[in-house]
Amino acid sequence: MELFKNYKEGDASSLIPMMQDVQDQYGYLPEEEMVKLARFTHLPVARIYGVASFYNQFRLRPLGKYVIRVCRGTACHVKGSLDILRILESELGIKAGETSKDLNFTIETVACIGACSIAPVIAINDEFHGGLTAKSLSKLVSRYKKMVQKERKQ
Amino acid sequence: MRFIDYYEQKKSADEPPAGRFIVEALENFSADQQSESEIQQVRKSVLLENISEPAILIGMGTCGLANGANKVMEAIEKELEKHQISAKLIPVGCVGYCAKEVIVDIKRPGELRISYAQVKVTDVPALIESTLVKNEIYHEKLLGVYYPDGALMDENLPDINSIPFFRNQQKVVLANCGVIDPENIDAYLARGGYQALHKALITQSPDNVIQEVIDAGLRGRGGGGFPAGKKWHFARNTKADQKYLICNADEGDPGAFMDRAVLEGDPHRVVEGMIIAAYAIGASEGYVYCRAEYPLAIKRLEKTIAQAKEYGLLGEKIMGSDFSFNLKIKKGAGAFVCGEETALIHSIEGKRGMPRPRPPFPAVSGLFGKPTIINNVETLANIPALINNGAQWYTGIGTDNSKGTKIFALSGKIVNTGLVEVPMGVTLRKIIFDIGGGIPDGKKFKAVQIGGPSGGALPESVIDTPVDYESLKSVGAIMGSGGLVVMDESTCMVDLAKYFMTFIQSESCGKCIPCREGTKRLLEILERLTHSYKSERNPEEALLRFQGMMYLERLADVIKNTSLCGLGQTAANPVISTLRYFRAEYEAHLYDRKCPSGHCRELLTYFIDTSKCTGCTLCAIKCPENAIIGEKKGPHYIIDERCVRCDQCRVNCNYDAIYVR
Repeated sequence: MELFKNYKEGDASSLIPMMQDVQDQYGYLPEEEMVKLARFTHLPVARIYGVASFYNQFRLRPLGKYVIRVCRGTACHVKGSLDILRILESELGIKAGETSKDLNFTIETVACIGACSIAPVIAINDEFHGGLTAKSLSKLVSRYKKMVQKERKQ
Repeated sequence: MRFIDYYEQKKSADEPPAGRFIVEALENFSADQQSESEIQQVRKSVLLENISEPAILIGMGTCGLANGANKVMEAIEKELEKHQISAKLIPVGCVGYCAKEVIVDIKRPGELRISYAQVKVTDVPALIESTLVKNEIYHEKLLGVYYPDGALMDENLPDINSIPFFRNQQKVVLANCGVIDPENIDAYLARGGYQALHKALITQSPDNVIQEVIDAGLRGRGGGGFPAGKKWHFARNTKADQKYLICNADEGDPGAFMDRAVLEGDPHRVVEGMIIAAYAIGASEGYVYCRAEYPLAIKRLEKTIAQAKEYGLLGEKIMGSDFSFNLKIKKGAGAFVCGEETALIHSIEGKRGMPRPRPPFPAVSGLFGKPTIINNVETLANIPALINNGAQWYTGIGTDNSKGTKIFALSGKIVNTGLVEVPMGVTLRKIIFDIGGGIPDGKKFKAVQIGGPSGGALPESVIDTPVDYESLKSVGAIMGSGGLVVMDESTCMVDLAKYFMTFIQSESCGKCIPCREGTKRLLEILERLTHSYKSERNPEEALLRFQGMMYLERLADVIKNTSLCGLGQTAANPVISTLRYFRAEYEAHLYDRKCPSGHCRELLTYFIDTSKCTGCTLCAIKCPENAIIGEKKGPHYIIDERCVRCDQCRVNCNYDAIYVR
């Protein structure tokens, strides 16, 4: 219950911030934490699950070390973000919304990152990469792949 | 020294809180320019008017950061250390010219502020050496100079406001963005910040404030365009023990980033607007509902609220009046529909963000059943200037039924991407071609999507339409929140409609059937249009394609008329507007099975220009289906039956030998 110490027990209106805290801690929403949340907020677990599945932010599965968020906003779409997504998917061998088996990469699509002026944009963890082309993307991906390999060796 | 420290020193027990001091003192400054009091000096140093060491201002909004502003800043620090120069580095928000990021402004003591654009890490040594060591101007990257009013201009140094991108703008809301340090309340105060709050709290009654906003004709900037003052009036007249004010910063509209830029570049303006609005309606608690996708905006808002509290501008008895107001941040969790008022309220209450029927309107019964006003970031950011200068000044800007300025986010196939603020009534042509610089790569303009997924795509024939709420509606678009995505001839309008349907369909909350099922069916119809015979699973598909086309408009109409909330009612707009202006393109997809813009892959055929092909075999290696054959050093050919249109060959060809038809 350490995680909820800033909140009042039975305060249903703080459900979403609490879930955000849990996700910050674990990277996703583990089932047992959702049960704990339900007890703490005096809400049925179904309601917690309902909220978790409604919002794009919440995930029910663990994430990779590098989360690649591909912007699918209008400006990015017009500038070819679908191709960017396809290339990423084939380079990493996973589909959007999936995590690689070694838990290194996750690809997610987001509605709009809000950096439309430098479309097409992807964000790897919190770092933005804009104005991508097929070639610059391949370079970027191989850079991260190398980083992963290096980490594995260590 | 900070303003608050100065006042802490002078404070005696019976004097009012710090906030009031500041505003009173600032009012006196403008009256008495002669006296160089201590506080005046503090103010001048905050405004960088009398500085003892050079100041370097770096654009560190999201677009600046994405272009490497962090690395540029590190490089500058390193260079300064190398030359042993002491200078003040100040991160600022976005000046709006995103295409030219990273923008670095340098101001030496006693000289003008000079702006340099597109600064890369490799430029930094030369930039620092010529500007701060040799005291020269680094012409290679010069953007312009900030001349103070009435200053003499140097012919060789262009005024930053004479650049086409800035010349046609009128900055009211964005006046401080990219100019001041957004994390420093003193910088906002020194430029006249919180004076409007003082004016409203001390000299005006809440009813006066509401009347002023009604007289000014300010309309909601979030998309709907409902008069803000009228909304406030409803909330004011509802009796309740508790009222709420919510700032809607859940900018989910893809292609729009105005709210992010304002929150990142001048968050105090939004907070000031919120306090005034809360005073007018009698709310004692407020929320900023901000997207979790905007981490920087949230961080800046947190700092802003803490500073405003420290200065006595938030909390109990603000500026010595009887008015108290507290502000909290709520992070959104990523749902487009939460831009809708009632859905947003549900989200703050910790529920699924689903809209409910209105009435009762939130102004009567909203958050936790109490009267609640929800205004957009830009609407609230308009309030300080409106109160400061009065309704009469405000009505001087804009058209008959749309007053003031509007911020647009220019993006897509346009030269000058960025953020622009123009008076209402300017034509779209002026925004796209004069300010935006037109279409890059010599291509032709095709359409501009205005209003995001709820708006419409407008072709060249109607881009002389002035931007105001009514004119845009008459041509089948809406003002929306201000995203302008420009498209050139290589954009397929059927694909665009399909894109928006995919978006709307996945963002529909699922509560009412027309939106949940209707958008799904619309998407299916559009998908059939862009699929080729090859990928069709059964022979009925071709018939369904024609049937879908026949029912497309009727279905769009049903969704529009029977959906519960704004999202559903406008969900079909992209389809309706593209059908209205680009019907021929739909027909080409349907009858000719061709995509005129060469975008819908499945309808294209790939060829190799044998006169250009050198036989390097790269395409054959890259082809995942082994559809490319040919001898080494001889021309290659594509076997159409095997080709899956993955585009890999065309992208990777070094000789531009692959073309589509």
